[in-house]
Amino acid sequence: MGILCQHCHQVPATVHLTDVLPSGEKRERHLCEACAQNEGLLLKPQEGITSILEKFVKHGASVQQTAKLQCPECGISWREFRSQGVLGCPHDYEVFAEHLVPLIERAHEGASTHVGKVPASSGVSAKRQARLVQLRRELAQAVEREDYERAAQLRDEIKAVEDGPN
Amino acid sequence: MGPIDEMAKTTGAWLRSGGPMSDVVISSRIRLARNVKGFPFLAKAGETERKEIFRTLTDRISETDIAKDSVIIDFEELSALDRELLVERHLISRQHAEGEGSRGAVISLREDRSLMINEEDHLRIQVLASGLQLDALWKEINRIDDLIEAGIEYAFDPRFGYLTACPTNVGTGIRVSVMLHLPAMKLTQEIERVLRAARDMRLAVRGLYGEGTEAIGDFFQVSNQTTLGKSEEEVVREFAEDIIPQIVDYELRARETLAAERAYQLDDKVWRAVGILGNARSMSAEESLFLLSHVRMGVHMGRYKAVDMGLLNELFLQTQPAHLQKLHGSPLDGESRSIVRAEYFRRRLGGNN
Repeated sequence: MGILCQHCHQVPATVHLTDVLPSGEKRERHLCEACAQNEGLLLKPQEGITSILEKFVKHGASVQQTAKLQCPECGISWREFRSQGVLGCPHDYEVFAEHLVPLIERAHEGASTHVGKVPASSGVSAKRQARLVQLRRELAQAVEREDYERAAQLRDEIKAVEDGPN
Repeated sequence: MGPIDEMAKTTGAWLRSGGPMSDVVISSRIRLARNVKGFPFLAKAGETERKEIFRTLTDRISETDIAKDSVIIDFEELSALDRELLVERHLISRQHAEGEGSRGAVISLREDRSLMINEEDHLRIQVLASGLQLDALWKEINRIDDLIEAGIEYAFDPRFGYLTACPTNVGTGIRVSVMLHLPAMKLTQEIERVLRAARDMRLAVRGLYGEGTEAIGDFFQVSNQTTLGKSEEEVVREFAEDIIPQIVDYELRARETLAAERAYQLDDKVWRAVGILGNARSMSAEESLFLLSHVRMGVHMGRYKAVDMGLLNELFLQTQPAHLQKLHGSPLDGESRSIVRAEYFRRRLGGNN
């Protein structure tokens, strides 16, 4: 058995400290766990573990929430984007904006706003674009399951959106 | 005989020699990444959508003068060897050659323009020229972009600019690349310092065939990485007026130093290269690039006059694996290619050896 706790003198000391005094002199202290906790040198075990776990779980949940974040248009999740490095559709820039901006800034010397050429027809609404993505996705699915009636309907709808007013 | 068989016999516009600063700058290239509005990016596009994107873009291009003197190539009808040949000619990326699904390219017969369809983005427009000709290239690619855009809507956002599959290209979607030949700086060991400086300026330095390739034979490709927060003209101007002239200046000074202080060493490199190219019985593509680099340096510095740059460029391209097989008329494995390549060099450079 080692030294007894210098504070209560009843339990073997398990916490060993070396204090450096202002004079430069070193002082060794040997305490048991309970006395060390009372002096505020150790976290109470329950508290410690609980709060660490809590933080971990909370962090995990937010990471998971981010990972689960999904584009309603193309169906890509943030996790999927992070693993493959490419986005699923133009709408992702809006859906993931919050998480995407820091990445974009890192890749472009801190910039996050476009400077330069603008297409002549850039006034067209993003909504319409998103609608087209969704319709085309549905069309692809309809063709895949050989539902040609639905596919024909969708084709008409796409045509209508394409030809419609901006 | 298709257009690609014809291509193999010649050198592309960018290698046809000449052009400003061509003793150091081999070629200039600009590309723009674009996506068609209303379609998902390719990672989430099914085959039906890929086909539709391919058709939409080729239809649009066909309505413009871009289609004149161009070929529309559907990669699903093209052999792997022919696709590889297009990679060697810098007309398409390796990723595009090795990709899957509906995809292709619209390539001008002069080989100064190539529009890749369904590569990483729906459309990648690129223009090429020999030497340093970035201003002219920007004018041309801007014109092509306008032509296509007049009949198609691109995915664009006022904040993020042209939307691309990978956020590293978002904004202008521009990539300016210049291929440089820097043998003297390699010999004087100044190259690392210059390349480090380039990387500090957020430029990418790559080998002969772009992304993921090593710099072989003193050929380096320098390109911008930042596409957001800087206009196209700004990027082009930085390259044309600042970055490239500076590197060219360093290289020319290193050449002068070598000629003045270590002429025998320089000539030894050049003549050894000539000797090996004219006599070897087996040669890898990598070794040939290394040797051709030294001969090229000798020609540019006026120390070797028996060949001209046109012939060197031809040899440079035609001894690449796919070209060699195309010209030979049948597929060859690595070992046979090395033998055929050595024969080819002996025939063109070695006289009766």
